[in-house]
Amino acid sequence: MNGTVSKEPVAVVGIGQTRHVAARRDVSIAGLVREAAVRALEDAGLTWADIDAVVIGKAPDFFEGVMMPELYLADALGAVGKPMLRVHTAGSVGGSTALVASNLVSARVHRTVLTLAFEKQSESNAMWGLSLPVPFQQPLLAGAGGFFAPHVRAYMHRTAAPDHIGSLVAFKDRRNALKNPYAHLHEEDITLEKVRASPMLWDPIRYSETCPSSDGACAMVLTDREGAGRAPHPPAWVHGGAMRSEPTLFAGKDAVSPRAGSDCAADVYRQAGITDPRREIDAVEMYVPFSWYEPMWLENLGFAEEGEGWKLTESGATELDGDLPVNPSGGVLSTNPIGASGMLRFAEAALQVRGQAGDHQVEGARKALGHAYGGGSQFFSMWLVGAEPPAS
Amino acid sequence: MNPAPAQEALHAPLVVEFPFTRSLGPVQSAFLTGLRERTVLGVRAGDGRVLVPPAEYDPVTAEEIRDLAEVGQTGTVTTWSWNPAPRRGQPLARPFAWVLVRLDGADSALLHALDAPGPDAVRTGMRVRIRWAAERKGEITDIACFEPHEGPEGGAEAGADGPGERAQPRAHDGQFPGEAVTGITAPARLDYVYTPGRAQTRYLNALAGHHTLGERCPECRKVYVPPRGACPTCGVATDEQVEVGPSGTVTSFCIVNIKAKNLDIEVPYVYGHIALDGAGLALHGRIAGLPYDQVRMGLRVEPVWAEGGRYPDHYRPTGEPDADYDTYKELL
Repeated sequence: MNGTVSKEPVAVVGIGQTRHVAARRDVSIAGLVREAAVRALEDAGLTWADIDAVVIGKAPDFFEGVMMPELYLADALGAVGKPMLRVHTAGSVGGSTALVASNLVSARVHRTVLTLAFEKQSESNAMWGLSLPVPFQQPLLAGAGGFFAPHVRAYMHRTAAPDHIGSLVAFKDRRNALKNPYAHLHEEDITLEKVRASPMLWDPIRYSETCPSSDGACAMVLTDREGAGRAPHPPAWVHGGAMRSEPTLFAGKDAVSPRAGSDCAADVYRQAGITDPRREIDAVEMYVPFSWYEPMWLENLGFAEEGEGWKLTESGATELDGDLPVNPSGGVLSTNPIGASGMLRFAEAALQVRGQAGDHQVEGARKALGHAYGGGSQFFSMWLVGAEPPAS
Repeated sequence: MNPAPAQEALHAPLVVEFPFTRSLGPVQSAFLTGLRERTVLGVRAGDGRVLVPPAEYDPVTAEEIRDLAEVGQTGTVTTWSWNPAPRRGQPLARPFAWVLVRLDGADSALLHALDAPGPDAVRTGMRVRIRWAAERKGEITDIACFEPHEGPEGGAEAGADGPGERAQPRAHDGQFPGEAVTGITAPARLDYVYTPGRAQTRYLNALAGHHTLGERCPECRKVYVPPRGACPTCGVATDEQVEVGPSGTVTSFCIVNIKAKNLDIEVPYVYGHIALDGAGLALHGRIAGLPYDQVRMGLRVEPVWAEGGRYPDHYRPTGEPDADYDTYKELL
């Protein structure tokens, strides 16, 4: 130990999510987050009294127009008299929220932490929230898809990827979603031809290659080694976690493969002792809001050499039965409650190594990566979870 | 070296407003439907207290609470603050008091407005009663405001304006005639004074004269367009001004096929990244002056200014040969 104090191992012992849909008009925001939290507590076999602190995340307050919603949600989340923290890092927030909670346990500040993220997109309009009319400035000429489409074109140009790769990803993720009862989109009659025939919105991005707008929440209970020993179900263990950020625009930014993303992944792999992510990681839940981001992130996260990501997708390796399944849950392309989307990636990775992913379980998954990004490829957060406790 | 001249920063009003919709859930739904029917409902917490306005979850035990109870329409001010200059959207247009009122039978206080002639007429402990709005639709403003009231807690003489005053809350099933209120619209409006800051002001003022001024980082020597006063990579101030363009290269783009609500541009149109000659990064703009399906990476373009515009309306081809990928591959 060389005189240093080791970190506490962190276990994911409870996971809960809502059935994600376009609009949950039957519940308040409090009722929505409550559903996910109660399911996570039930999974962990715990009650509100067992929770030492609550860490909550969501995307910009403008999305629902409730300023600092964590204050209003304290009662619903049993946080009265306990520390409550709010995290915000745009679309990556669900991931960074889980990491803040994980670090509180790892540092032995708290023993058992409830972490939760949500978005109730039906209460507002995210497109509006992201394109406020700033005086003196040229209005934003395209929505989120239009912002990311030129980066996709740059990727296609740089790697000479054929046009159909994006459709393959969308077709795969929508089929995976059919195996996930919590997913928002259940397109029973999806075919590759339908994806390819869907309207081109922001050429080269087609309608079927974009994410939906969802209401949903995701919650997890994280605890220490002793808490894991009392858990009724096998935990997922956190082997590594990291966050990185960089400006949305700066001279030298590589929007196709941002430095912050690759640095973040390298940090996680170093912590987890991963030297060959392609072979050592059994399942990946990555943040793919537009289908082309799968091959782009495969390269950025070190699963493929530069220029080779699309070949991995094309080969079928990222299918549910491939040797590197990506987004077995259906991913962001099938479910997008923005603030919760990152935590869903983290939670789905944990479900895989707990063997609790149901019909979208990757057989024998022992190590899984959860990944999130947000802003204009500005914030990155990732964790690697395993079925066994980390070697200390 | 061309140091930046001192200029007063631009500023302009920025109003942000949006009609948020709110799904109420069972407890707030009963509360607001009740207000429409001139009935105030609270909810009984695990410790027996009646909370008004009601909460969905117990603030002590975190348990779900659903036992509704009707409380009185008269109450007692527990604290207050005089509002001498009401703003738009507030309950009363003339000066009024913000009050916390514990309604008779309730154990917690409700925030609302008290219509009083002046601060001298308001005191903690004073008795007040609800003044109902003439038209009620299931919103907190169905209570128009509170008004001073002479009478003891739960007193019968309080009932002149409505039924149901009582010091003891009465269990209520939350059901009312007519359709239940399940959602509300919550319009939000924020008034700001926006300033783009000194660096952007220099850029915008030059742009108005059809010159594009960037600022060079003294360390990495890259030119920021638009400038932000500092280099985010090196973390140092930029103050050397450099004119870039007017021509540039399209480094990437997309073809927009869906019409944006707030833009008066016919689709399809091309939205592109344009690296102006001499700039260290691309800016974003519309590319026109050729068929949309002929736009390509490497296309050489120049700005087209609309009369009185603060920024180029769009960029059009210069007619030069396309730029080599290697010349702009760092500027995508």
